[in-house]
Amino acid sequence: MLLRHTPTEIKERSALSINPAKTCQPIGAMYAALGVKGCLPHSHGSQGCCAYHRSTLTRHYKEPVMAATSSFTEGSSVFGGQSNLVQAIDNIFTIYNPEVIAVHTTCLSETIGDDLTQITRKAHEEGKVPAGKHIIYASTPSYVGSHVTGFANMVKGMVNCLSEKTEVKNGKMNIIPGYVEPSDMEEIKRIASEMGISTIMFPDTSNVLNGPQTGRYHMFPRGGVSVEDLKSTGDSMATIALGKTASSAAALALETKCGVKCDILDLPIGLHGTDRYVDALRKMACVSVPDSINRDRGQLVDVITDMHQYFYGKKVAIAGDPDQLIALTEFLVSIDMYPVHVVTGTPGKQFEKTILDLTKHLPVKVNVKSHSDLFMLHQWIKNEPVDLLIANTYGKYIARDEDIPFIRYGFPILDRVGHSYFPTVGYKGGLRLVEKILDAILERKDRDAPEENFELVM
Amino acid sequence: MTDISILDERKKQIFTKGNDDFEMKCESQSVSGSVSQRACVFCGSRVVLYPIADALHLVHGPIGCAAYTWDIRGALSSGPQLHRLSFSTDLRETNVIFGGEKKLYAALTQLIEMYKPKAAFVYATCIVGVIGDDVDSICRKVTEETGIPVIPVHSEGFKGTKKDGYAAACQALFTLFDNFSPNMDEKPKFAINILGEFNIGGEAWIIKEYYRRMGVNIISVMTGDGRVDDIRNAPLASLNVVQCSGSMTGLAKMMKEKFGIPYIQVSYFGVEDTAKALYDVAEFFGDAELLKNTSEMIKAEIAEIHPEVLSIRRQLEGRKAAVYVGGAFKAFSLLKALKNIGMDVVVIGSQTGAKEDYKTLKEICDPGTIIVDDASSLELAKFIIEKKADLVIGGVKERPIAYKMGIGFCDHNHERKIPLAGFEGMLHFAREVRNTVLSPVWKLFPARNEVKKESSGKAA
Repeated sequence: MLLRHTPTEIKERSALSINPAKTCQPIGAMYAALGVKGCLPHSHGSQGCCAYHRSTLTRHYKEPVMAATSSFTEGSSVFGGQSNLVQAIDNIFTIYNPEVIAVHTTCLSETIGDDLTQITRKAHEEGKVPAGKHIIYASTPSYVGSHVTGFANMVKGMVNCLSEKTEVKNGKMNIIPGYVEPSDMEEIKRIASEMGISTIMFPDTSNVLNGPQTGRYHMFPRGGVSVEDLKSTGDSMATIALGKTASSAAALALETKCGVKCDILDLPIGLHGTDRYVDALRKMACVSVPDSINRDRGQLVDVITDMHQYFYGKKVAIAGDPDQLIALTEFLVSIDMYPVHVVTGTPGKQFEKTILDLTKHLPVKVNVKSHSDLFMLHQWIKNEPVDLLIANTYGKYIARDEDIPFIRYGFPILDRVGHSYFPTVGYKGGLRLVEKILDAILERKDRDAPEENFELVM
Repeated sequence: MTDISILDERKKQIFTKGNDDFEMKCESQSVSGSVSQRACVFCGSRVVLYPIADALHLVHGPIGCAAYTWDIRGALSSGPQLHRLSFSTDLRETNVIFGGEKKLYAALTQLIEMYKPKAAFVYATCIVGVIGDDVDSICRKVTEETGIPVIPVHSEGFKGTKKDGYAAACQALFTLFDNFSPNMDEKPKFAINILGEFNIGGEAWIIKEYYRRMGVNIISVMTGDGRVDDIRNAPLASLNVVQCSGSMTGLAKMMKEKFGIPYIQVSYFGVEDTAKALYDVAEFFGDAELLKNTSEMIKAEIAEIHPEVLSIRRQLEGRKAAVYVGGAFKAFSLLKALKNIGMDVVVIGSQTGAKEDYKTLKEICDPGTIIVDDASSLELAKFIIEKKADLVIGGVKERPIAYKMGIGFCDHNHERKIPLAGFEGMLHFAREVRNTVLSPVWKLFPARNEVKKESSGKAA
């Protein structure tokens, strides 16, 4: 009912976003920073930004999310935020005593021209950064890109500020996991470890935002990539970056800075995506794929073949982040489903071309748009109905309005749990995705079946 | 956790009754570098105005400000749902350089054509204040062209605290009365406006029903389940009844000055405060029939909930609560309501309390209670552990911290799904507190049980 006013007729909107399919850079930077051990993210701008980002992350992960703010006033917006930030750095190390402060900008501090390189240098010069402590930073104006861009920039900031080359190889593989759930990061690590490869994954939010309940509150949870490991990324044998939008900036920066070769892949979602990840690990580390991984793969293929009769020709609408949508589209197409409407809020021309390439042999027209919104997705669905909708929490409005089976996927998911504990990447994650898709479709089939066709075996 | 240090700048914002003797420092910006729980001016304006369901709410700024405030508060509407959609001018880099006025104009005209709202509110965010878009003139122009009030809300985030956002919202509401005068000869009998009630979980509906049974007419609710036309008729009321004092007293004052409408401050939380609110209104009109209805209704309502509240009280007797909420007025009511169900308040604080509020808090709380202004999560956690609280009452960001410490939690802010207003609200509240405080899940933690065993071992 909420969206009953969405008109079917589509008009060009150049100046207006309705029901966004993205949010802004700083929250992505904050999420990435939480994947560094002992790190306190710091928002350089007004208080509200920090409060909103913390609330949204708290709601998504159901975990305490700590971050400090420069608390801009009217004065700071006129005279610059340098004194706020230097004072903030001093205060943060004095009270909260983190290992690292990860500073990101907001639209306000960017526009008044605060230069983080210069300000953090000043903080160092004035002795505000205790010995052995670190500051990393990234420029993340809210009016450029999206939360995915902010994530990418902060990960690149980790490389810029900390990665070092010492000529002594560490024998490890760098993995940049992309803007995925803590559970996904854990699974990406597990696959590499199953193959006997020692890795440095950054950022790593597993055990930070999906840690166990111990009855004790720790401001800095145990998980996260350590500063030592981040420094050491410059001595690794290679980097595997998963997801172009979220991870390539850091991988390329590390290649330039320390000469660590990188391989940029799509996210390992579904069979082919995971195959390519496993294969890249195999080649780069010169190892063979163990039976356990082959078995996981075989199980996924088995379930797909067992249930493929329910997939073919089903139309799907998907919204989310570009890296996830590309991998998801490939997976859906591979199990004979038709992703007919694909929307991301994140800007980027290449995205549309990639999706069209992946779907060009389908016997249906595919609508795809980057830098778009959920209103557009809804209008497309009104004009061409679908059998399934995959989107973040906000998709529930469309799903209810149009009575479509719905799977929550991506960021944010505010009204369900599980996403931070169960992966959707790798073969095991593929299995979970297939289960979710089948549940949604078959539950609808049960619900809609006339009494005489309501069957036990499906 | 209990050994964290407190910044010198913050020492005057933390007060222990019986130990300290100073005036609370408050209503100041948070210290740079603190993990503050506070939001910004924009947030203040947005939460006050957005429950007006048949108005358009357009956020002029980068996408984040609109995305983070998209339908986050559960302000329910009995009719239109326009307020729950998210509209943004989605400012890009080029707009920041060349200005966003054209974009704002285009967005406004397109939206008004599409949704035909009764009024439009345009929220100016941080960045708009910095790049200097003339939001006022665009709004004037669109008002002239479309004939509906298009009202700028000056809510640039950096311009102060959330409280300044409330003031901007009051100013915007007041603008609705411009060029619109209801027929004052047709003033209804016993008519009031309800101010500072946002219909979270349907609370305005409960309160309206009490007044209906008393025989009091409601002209408008600002802004829960709000309608533009009702609000414009607000000058027809004889009394403004202000609940959320922090947000709406400003408007009540302006209306008193311009329309001569007096106002009273009330709270609909807890049995005592709800009863007092309803009696205050009845006494204001002084009508015998009205007073009789009121007293009968209140007696009936209390009789209805009393036995269960009493039984819950027996279960909770002596348990301790820590309260950290937005406005201080809410804190007063919570303190009384918690006492009503047998709980001791050991920590109490607010994000936006004024000096007067803290004076009152100091008077009404028990010795040893810690009173804090603008606390960080870490400070809260420290006090909660020190004072051995069994319950935390707070907002979104406090919930997982409480849970991590193995303590029950009750939301008194955005994530509330059950109405806590009025007599039935008190029963909901009591049940919720009991359910969380006495939940067996707190016994599942290894660490907490170890601590308990250790301490009981020492005692023996």
